[in-house]
Amino acid sequence: MDFSFTEEQTLLRNSVNKFVAGQYDFDKRRALIKTEAGWSKANWQAIAELGLLGAPFAEEHGGLGGGPVETMIIMEELGRGLVVEPYLPTVVLGGGFLRHGGTAAHKLEHIPAIVEGQRVIAFAYAEPQGRYNLADVAVSAKKSGSGFTISGHKAVVIAGPQADHFVVTARTAGGQRDAKGISVFLVPKSAKGVATRDYPTVDGLRASDVTFENVAVGAESLLGEADHGLPLVERVVDEAIAAISAEAVGAMKVLNDTTVEYCKTRKQFGVPIGKFQVLQHRMVDMFMNYEQSVSITYMVTLKLDESDHERKKAASAAKVQIGKAGRFIGQQAVQLHGGMGMTDELNVGHYFKRLTMIDTMFGNVDHHLKRYAALSDDAKAA
Amino acid sequence: MDVSFSPAEEAFRHEVRSFIAENYPKHLRGKSRGEFGGREDFLAWHRILADKGWVAPAWPTQYGGPGWTSTQRYIFAEECARAETAIILPFGVNMVGPVIYTFGTEEQKKEHLPKILSGEVWWCQGYSEPGAGSDLASLKTTAVRDGDHYIINGQKTWTTLAQFADWIFVLARTDKNAKQQEGISFILVDMKTPGVTVRPIITMDGAHEVNEVWFEDVRVPVTNRIGEENKGWTCAKFLLSHERAGIAGVARSKRGVQRLKDLARAERDGENPLIADPDFARGVAELEIDLTALEYTELRTLAGEAAGKGPGLESSILKIKGTDIQQRLTELTLDAVAYYGMPYRPYGHELETLTNEYVPGPDYSHGAAQSYFLTRRVAIYGGSNEIQRNIIAKMVLGL
Ligand SMILES: Cc1cc2nc3c(=O)[nH]c(=O)nc-3n(C[C@H](O)[C@H](O)[C@H](O)COP(=O)(O)OP(=O)(O)OC[C@H]3O[C@@H](n4cnc5c(N)ncnc54)[C@H](O)[C@@H]3O)c2cc1C
Repeated sequence: MDFSFTEEQTLLRNSVNKFVAGQYDFDKRRALIKTEAGWSKANWQAIAELGLLGAPFAEEHGGLGGGPVETMIIMEELGRGLVVEPYLPTVVLGGGFLRHGGTAAHKLEHIPAIVEGQRVIAFAYAEPQGRYNLADVAVSAKKSGSGFTISGHKAVVIAGPQADHFVVTARTAGGQRDAKGISVFLVPKSAKGVATRDYPTVDGLRASDVTFENVAVGAESLLGEADHGLPLVERVVDEAIAAISAEAVGAMKVLNDTTVEYCKTRKQFGVPIGKFQVLQHRMVDMFMNYEQSVSITYMVTLKLDESDHERKKAASAAKVQIGKAGRFIGQQAVQLHGGMGMTDELNVGHYFKRLTMIDTMFGNVDHHLKRYAALSDDAKAA
Repeated sequence: MDVSFSPAEEAFRHEVRSFIAENYPKHLRGKSRGEFGGREDFLAWHRILADKGWVAPAWPTQYGGPGWTSTQRYIFAEECARAETAIILPFGVNMVGPVIYTFGTEEQKKEHLPKILSGEVWWCQGYSEPGAGSDLASLKTTAVRDGDHYIINGQKTWTTLAQFADWIFVLARTDKNAKQQEGISFILVDMKTPGVTVRPIITMDGAHEVNEVWFEDVRVPVTNRIGEENKGWTCAKFLLSHERAGIAGVARSKRGVQRLKDLARAERDGENPLIADPDFARGVAELEIDLTALEYTELRTLAGEAAGKGPGLESSILKIKGTDIQQRLTELTLDAVAYYGMPYRPYGHELETLTNEYVPGPDYSHGAAQSYFLTRRVAIYGGSNEIQRNIIAKMVLGL
C-alpha cells in the first residue's frame, strides 16, 4: 500500500504549479476569458514547452510516457488555476481516442502535432436530444464508396472554436439508441460541410454547436472498429471523468483554503466570522467533502486500466462523489463569503461555476448514480 | 379551520386575473428580469398598477393602498405569479414607503408617498457597507450636522439597481460616541446631489444589478431625516421585518414548479420525457411537498397578521425555507436541461455591445445555469440564512 508520488511525479506537479502561479493569476485569467478568443496561444505553447501536452503519449511519438497518475497530477494543478486552454479535449479525449483507437498512421500524424502544440482537438459527442446517453446518436455516417458521409448536429462541443479537428461519434448502423452501430471519426474542421456556431460557456470556456452536412470523409478517418465504437467511447470518457475529478479536486482545494482564510480575517460583530461555530462546522464539512473527493479520485485513477466493468463502476462512483462535493463546496464557499462571494471580481464564483459545469460534463450525479446502481447488481455482472 | 375562499374572494381573483390578462404589457410577456432592457421595462407594470390603485397592496387606504384583506393580498400575489408579471421593486413600495408613513412627518408623507406609488421616483436601499453586512449596526457612513444640513461621507455597497435610482435611503451615523445602534439616523438622499457616485458591481452570472454608492461631502437638508435623530435603528429594524415577509416568494415558486414540470415534459430523455424519469420526478415531488408546507406556514402567518399580530418571528422561517426552495428550483432546472445549461446567455445590458449573441438549445434552457448562480444571493441578502437561524434560536427558542 503506497499513496506517495515518485520524484518525477513531484517534479511534474511542481512544474505545472509554477506555470499556473506565474501565468495564471486570477486577474490574468479573468481578462483572458473576456477576450474574443477566450484562450491564449502563448499559454498553449508554454504548456507544450513544459511537455504537458505529451504526458500520456509514448516516447516514440515525442511524449513523456506517463500514465493515469501523471494525468491526474496535471489536471489537479490545472484545476487550481482554472486553466481554460483545451487540455482535456485535446490531450485526454483526443489523445485518448488516438492512443486506444488510432492506427500507427493516425498516431504518427497527430500525436507529435499535439505534443508540439500544433493540434487542438474537440470531442463532438453530445446531441440536442441525447442528454448523457453516449449511445443516443442520431448523427449518421453512411457508407459511400470507400469512405463515409456524415450528417447531423452535435451540441455544446467544448473547445469547438479552438479546435482544428473533431472526434465525432456517428451512427453507421442500428437504431438511434442502439449500443451497436456507433463509429468514431476524426474529422478536420476544414472539411467541406462542417459548420460551427460558437459561444462562451458560463464558466468562461468556449464551445460550439457543430453541424455536419454531407461531410465526406475517407475510410482512414475511422478511429477504431466501424459499428463497434461505443466501448472505445466509454473507455475514453471514463478516463476523462477521472481527469475532471482531479481538476475538480484542485478547484475544491482552492475554494476551501480561500474560505477558511476569509473567515479568519472577515470581521462582523467584533470577531472574525470563523469564530461562529455554525460556520466552523460548515467548513469542516467542506473539508471532509474535499478529502473524500481526493480519495475517490485516487481510486478511479488507479482503476482505469482494470476490466471494463470495474473501470465503469469506478468512474461513475467518482463522478457522483465529485458532483455532490463540488456542489456543496461551491455553494458554501459562496455563502460564507456573503455578498463578496457573488461577485465576478472575486475568484470564488469562478471556481463555483467551474465545479458546477464539471458536474454536468459526461453526466451529472443522477446519471451516474443510475449507471453505478445498474453496474453494481452483482447478479448481472456475474 | 378553513382554507377555502369565499365567493367574494373568488370573484376578486377573477377580477385580478382578467385585469392582468388585459393590461400586462405585451412586450414584457414571458420575459424574465434578466432580459429586461432597462429602466422602462422595470417600470411599465408598476405604472399600470399605480393607475389602477393596486401597486401597494399592503398600504393603508389613507396613503393610497387598496384596502385589501390579507387574503386578497395573497390572491393578488398568486395571480401575479401565475401570469409571471414583472416584480414590483420593493425598495419604494415595501421598504421606504412604510417607513415614511409610519415614522415620517406630514410633509414627508405628502412629498414622497405619491411619487413612490406613481413610480415617478425610483428608490434604492443604502444599508450595507463593505465592513457592515450581517452586523449592520457597525456601519461607518457619517452624517455630520452643519446648520440645516447633514454632510454625508462614506460608502454603501451591494445597492440593488442604484444605477436607475432617483433617491436612496441611507443609514448613517449621527453620533459617534453613542452605543452602536443608538447613534444611527435614517436619511433620504436625492441621488442627483453633488458627491454621490454609483459604481457597478458585476455578479458571477454576468448581471449588473448591484452597485457601490459613494458619498463625498454630500449636503442633505436635515428635513430629509425620517424620525428622530439617532433613532434610525427603529426604522431600520421595522423595515427589515417587512423585507423578510415578502421574501418567501411562495406564489412565484409555485409557478416555478409548474414551469419546471412543463420543461421536464418537453425535455427528452431517450424515448420518454424527462418527467417520466423516477429520479427526476422524485426531486420535483420533494420540492413541491416542501413548498406546500411552506404555503400553509405562510397562510398561518397571514391569519396571525389578520388577527392583529404584525409580521413576527415567523418571517425568519418564511425567509429560510422560501429561499431554500427558490435555490433548489434553479438547481433542478439546471439538472433538467443537461448540456444546454452551459452556454452563456448575455444580459439585456450587454446586448448592445455584443457582436455574437448566439445561444444554442431550446428556449427553456437559456440562462439556466446563470439563474442558478444568481439565486445563491437569496440566502445572503435580507439577513443571511445563518442570521435568520440565530434569530429563531434566540428569540423563539430562547437559547
Ligand atoms: C445580490 C445582492 C443584493 C443586495 N442588495 C442590497 C441592497 O439593495 N441594499 C443593501 O443595503 N444591501 C444589499 N445587499 C447586502 C446584503 O444585505 C448583505 O450581503 C448581507 O447583509 C450579508 O452581509 P455581507 O455580504 O457583508 O456578509 P457577512 O456579514 O460578512 O457574512 C459572511 C458570512 O458569515 C455569516 N455570518 C455573519 N455573521 C454571523 C453570525 N453571527 N453567525 C453565523 N454566521 C454569520 C453570514 O451568514 C455569511 O454566510 C445585497 C446583497 C446581495 C448579495
